[in-house]
Amino acid sequence: MSPYGPVAIYLAVAFLASLGFCLLPGVLARKKPNAVKSEAYECGVEPTSDVSGRFPVRFYLIAMLFVIFDVEAASFYPWAVQMHQLRLFGLAEMLMFVIVLAVGYAYVWKRGGFQWR
Amino acid sequence: MSAVPIWLIVLVKAVIVLFVVITTFAYSMLAERKVMGWMQLRPGPNRVGPWGLLQPAADAVKMLFKEDLTPDTADPLIYRVAPFISLITAMGTFAIIPFSANADGTLWSVGNVNAGILLVFCMTSIGIYGISLAGWASGSKFPLLGSVRSTAQMISYELAMSMSVIGVLILAGSTALGDIVGAQYRVWFIVPQIVGFVIYLITAIAETNRAPFDLVEAETELVGGFHTEYSGLRFGLFFIAEYLNMITVSCLATLLFLGGWNGPFGMPSFGLLGLLWFVLKAGFFLFFYIWLRSTLPRFRYDRLMAFGWKVLLPVATLNLILTAVAVALWPSHA
Repeated sequence: MSPYGPVAIYLAVAFLASLGFCLLPGVLARKKPNAVKSEAYECGVEPTSDVSGRFPVRFYLIAMLFVIFDVEAASFYPWAVQMHQLRLFGLAEMLMFVIVLAVGYAYVWKRGGFQWR
Repeated sequence: MSAVPIWLIVLVKAVIVLFVVITTFAYSMLAERKVMGWMQLRPGPNRVGPWGLLQPAADAVKMLFKEDLTPDTADPLIYRVAPFISLITAMGTFAIIPFSANADGTLWSVGNVNAGILLVFCMTSIGIYGISLAGWASGSKFPLLGSVRSTAQMISYELAMSMSVIGVLILAGSTALGDIVGAQYRVWFIVPQIVGFVIYLITAIAETNRAPFDLVEAETELVGGFHTEYSGLRFGLFFIAEYLNMITVSCLATLLFLGGWNGPFGMPSFGLLGLLWFVLKAGFFLFFYIWLRSTLPRFRYDRLMAFGWKVLLPVATLNLILTAVAVALWPSHA
């Protein structure tokens, strides 16, 4: 069996277990719905507006920065496990990579990209 | 052994691991309430069974029979799928985590893949979808705010977390969890990688949304955060997922930095003794979580984000560069 075979079997078991947990309330839980219960919670008052309004663009900025730096972190992994073989060559290559990133990082910092306002 | 098919052995292992992990969840929840009680000079749960030992069972029954509400404004399908995603990814990580090893190096785990740590991080990252979809699909204001907050927090700290363990990978030269533990036979990686360890510890707490980084469910501002609208067992699923994630990061901390099932000072240990060491170390981390929760006040959101991006990320990168320099110049010592 390939090394991923057992992982797949485990995930199948976990899938069934989670599915069981998700379906149980449908069978066992009491059901007495009424209009007030199924309102969205807003501290007891009637909901004043729906949620399709606006929310801060800052969250999107964080998500974009994350994508950039996470790709970078992912590219460190194969390099890291080969470091014992690569030695100085690997070090030099990685330093170039980090310097390029550091320029971008410094730019984002200077433009206030990490400042939560 | 040849009479029993391999898949059956794996299936039995998988069921046992899941059962043990869920039981650990139930009792770490009770332990949390007990320990927090003692730290605040009160007895904690003590009504159900001796020392409250049957409390988890009582909670489970209550959750099961409680009404399962879906708000009118919610997107019903995604609202129901979200806790499922959270739970299955939280359970999934235990497919790869080894708990001990035999003397011949056979790991006590369900699966043993050479991309071990990558697969664990992959699962925990997908778990974020559970939280962000839950908040979005609730169609209510507090959950939406809670979930965008938590998504931003979790992806920011995930970055520093994945950077903080690279130092360990450089020293071990492998991403397979068994090899990483094997490389710590003499010296635990907490000694050369103390900076990475501290960053890992901080980010692990933020990743699992635990105090003092539990801004996701900051009760005073956001009611309950992303799970405000959930009730009954569906709320329970998020709860299970949160605790399973805590157990996962505790196990990972043990494997990556504290030598896994190795005893201290190069003491050889495998089999049941190894399992004992593993449980002791991982248990300490779980206790540490509770300790922090009853000690520290909650962070402010802007400070949390600034801390993650301006302090943890550069320090983790610096740590990894210094480790690489050390390995490149003195490879025999590392």
